[in-house]
Amino acid sequence: MSEALNAFEARSAKEIIARRTALELKNGMVVNLGIGLPTLIPQYLPSDIRVTIQSENGIIGLDKVQDDTRHPHITDASGKLAAVASGGAFIDSVTSFGLIRGGHVDVTILGSLQVDQEGSLANWMIPGKKTPGMGGAMDLLAGVRQVIVAMEHTARGIPKILKKCTLPLTAVHCVTKIITEMCVFNVTDTGLVLTELNPQYTIDDVQAVTEAEFAISKNLTEMNIV
Amino acid sequence: MKKQLSAKQAVDMIPDGAVIMCGGFLGCGTAHRLMDALAASQKKDLTIICNDAGLLEGPNGEAYYGVAKLIHNHQVSRLVTTHIGLNPEATEQMNAGTMRIDLLPQGSLAEMIRAGGAGLGGTLTKTGVGTLVEDAKDYVVGRQNIDGVDYLLMRPLSADFALICGQQVDEEGNVWYAGTARNFNQVMATAADIVIAEAEQLVSVGEIRPEDVQTYGILVDYIVNGGQDDE
Repeated sequence: MSEALNAFEARSAKEIIARRTALELKNGMVVNLGIGLPTLIPQYLPSDIRVTIQSENGIIGLDKVQDDTRHPHITDASGKLAAVASGGAFIDSVTSFGLIRGGHVDVTILGSLQVDQEGSLANWMIPGKKTPGMGGAMDLLAGVRQVIVAMEHTARGIPKILKKCTLPLTAVHCVTKIITEMCVFNVTDTGLVLTELNPQYTIDDVQAVTEAEFAISKNLTEMNIV
Repeated sequence: MKKQLSAKQAVDMIPDGAVIMCGGFLGCGTAHRLMDALAASQKKDLTIICNDAGLLEGPNGEAYYGVAKLIHNHQVSRLVTTHIGLNPEATEQMNAGTMRIDLLPQGSLAEMIRAGGAGLGGTLTKTGVGTLVEDAKDYVVGRQNIDGVDYLLMRPLSADFALICGQQVDEEGNVWYAGTARNFNQVMATAADIVIAEAEQLVSVGEIRPEDVQTYGILVDYIVNGGQDDE
């Protein structure tokens, strides 16, 4: 077994996704991370990469809470205790969404229930079953230029990458990249393009659990992970 | 000097059926003493405008945190909010038809309140284009195309009362917020007829430097000292 394959075999789907997505972050970027899997990404950032994490409830420079930074009035967007990084700032909700809608956040990374080949995304409600609400997701998707969906490829085998989303949309034509444990798709004006493949899988494996149509990049490579 | 009230006195001013903006984000920055008093008052048929539906349990194990107290008491007939996922009771009441929930994008909610407080006729945003938000006619005038880009024209929002909470409030009603507690408090103070500021710490005028005032005393009508005993 090759060394590269070993790197994948040893890791869970979520860890593979987080390690691959970390490579999307470049020095100096302002980033907003959705709840769940995306919050795992910062721990895999290469040590020479510094990013500023924006938290929509009011932090520029979100940091992990340590014992000496614990403060009852510093929380993240899921209501959990958080901290502000050195050089960071606290802002109100109007300013926070002004930054998001004004294009001052470089990239947003979030999970999704469904994403489709037109780059539309559905993650805020399942009619008749679950209506948590959109929170800040609609604003992030409409306002941030780079939207990366980082999610497991299927929901227990049921495709999540579709020709057209069937659930109520969070935003239309917004996704720029999809990263799963199996592969990476770029979302282009003409549809999805497979650019990287986890060596544990074949293109046929991906096709079997992807409802959307996709092209295969002529520069297709093995999936990179940190 | 702004008039100081107990939490109970403040809540006594609020009639059944009032429209109330409640600051805070999942309870951080919410006027908890005013929530307690409002819950005890059994005022009913309230329309609450708040980022979220609060939490079933607060960070220190408190039962019903933020506006969740009012929802648990069935005092809210309509909740205008962005997210209810962390309060299952809100979902239950929505499904039972006993509480109407109007969901709006968080940035749109903030800007609609800003428009309400700044005398604007609405706010134009790309957020929500092509989604169910377009169907919320109480809140959306419709699609507008400006220079080839589609926007939604969102109506301004205002309220009878805003209940806000700051770390320090001076006797003129100037407010300074700690950490992320500012969130919706700052803008809500601009968009309600009567603004009640709960003070975690009541300080003398001048103790908050003018540069650090985040909600201006001119907007605040009453102060509730969250540190003092009620009555």
